Amino acid sequence: MKTDFQHRQAAHCESGVTSNLLRQSSGGKITEPLAFGIGAGLFFAHIPLIKINNGPAIAFRTLPGHIFNRTCKSLGIPVARKKFGSKEKAEAFLNECLDKGIPVGCQVGVYYLPYFPKEYRFHFNAHNLVVYGRDGDNYLISDPIMENATTLGSYELERVRFAKGALAPRGHIYFPETQVDISDEQIKQAIKNGIKTNVFNMLSIPGWFAGVKGISNTGKKIKGWRDKLGLEKAGLYLAQLVRMQEEIGTGGGGFRYIYAAFLQEAEAYWPGKGLAAISDMFTQAGDLWRESAVHAAGIFKGRLGSQHDFDTMGNYLIAIADLEKQAFEALKQVKW
Amino acid sequence: MLAMKKDEIPQDLSALGKITKEVCYATDSFGKYTTELSSGWDVKIEALNTAWGDIEKRIAAAKQKVLNNEASPIYFFMEYRLMDVSILADYTGFWQWQIKRHLKPSVYKGLSDKKLQKYAEAFNTTISDLKSMTVHEN
Repeated sequence: MKTDFQHRQAAHCESGVTSNLLRQSSGGKITEPLAFGIGAGLFFAHIPLIKINNGPAIAFRTLPGHIFNRTCKSLGIPVARKKFGSKEKAEAFLNECLDKGIPVGCQVGVYYLPYFPKEYRFHFNAHNLVVYGRDGDNYLISDPIMENATTLGSYELERVRFAKGALAPRGHIYFPETQVDISDEQIKQAIKNGIKTNVFNMLSIPGWFAGVKGISNTGKKIKGWRDKLGLEKAGLYLAQLVRMQEEIGTGGGGFRYIYAAFLQEAEAYWPGKGLAAISDMFTQAGDLWRESAVHAAGIFKGRLGSQHDFDTMGNYLIAIADLEKQAFEALKQVKW
Repeated sequence: MLAMKKDEIPQDLSALGKITKEVCYATDSFGKYTTELSSGWDVKIEALNTAWGDIEKRIAAAKQKVLNNEASPIYFFMEYRLMDVSILADYTGFWQWQIKRHLKPSVYKGLSDKKLQKYAEAFNTTISDLKSMTVHEN
């Protein structure tokens, strides 16, 4: 059996899942950038004291589930969300939804995700996909990262829904509880709310390790990595930073471009507010993140390695923090 | 010079690129955002290679430790599966202190098949492959 759902590829898993699940009720108006912006997806956090794969724990976007949740709430769509203690109950609930014709979002771990290439499989548990049907023992899967829809056996799906480690999904399942029509006015207000939330998260969130001050803080730390960790380990840390920044499902530079695309689309709903000009600032930030990644690659490939090179790397992040601060300050000044 | 223009999206072939292209947001000649497919970017590929280079080293060191009888095969598979004691505890249901004991060859030798089966499942392998440190790709 198959629910009424159309697979569409996206740049980022959760904004893709959100946009695809809301496609029907919004008549396709909730594009991926709109879902990302309304869900206030842009973020930065460098969690102190925690190591992931023996390297720094750096996130370029919000916690899993938040984009979907915020986007729906902001648009007045009731959300159904569940986690499970038992695998059997999780599967039974999933089957119930599919039998009712509801395509659902699932949080999964990528380590045992069979269609991912081995090189991309880490114990990363904040990936999202849509289950939109069942065919015998196989589930029909729409993974927004993939060009085409695919399938997973029931054991394979159970395994990734119950992946273990940090942010373990515990069968996390979510979907719009009812299909309601979304009006342009609702989208307009949701855009405003999404921007306000993101301004708060990047400028005012408490903690030195989060938001724009978190970016400059990491920049300062990087300058000390060579002495503190030695060249080899410092290179590994930078490689991890770049992976978190540019990789599928996480993408930092990429996220800045999605946000810039969001602001361009937002301009159509809120003309005359200067959003398109602010969009350019995020494009610049995305470019700077990419430029910093090229520089980092010089270090982890061993082409660069002096203290000066680490200073330059740190300064990139400090400059990015400055630019993103200006951009969010500009958004804060918007008179709605 | 790095500005993400639609026609400047990198097309270096990554491991993922062999299976699927990735969607990127980039600007067209009017500065308007649109999407384009990318098969990968050298910088990302190198970052991933660097991470895997380190992992391969850790796996080789773990294997040597087992061969030297300084650790049990569970230690080898834990590194091979990119796990740490905490993730392994979550997958197997053992306590972390139990796993730390099971990493010792002397304790490992006395483990029941029932316990070994839990490890085999966590590592997606069989008891005999676990014992002999045999790995099969995928």
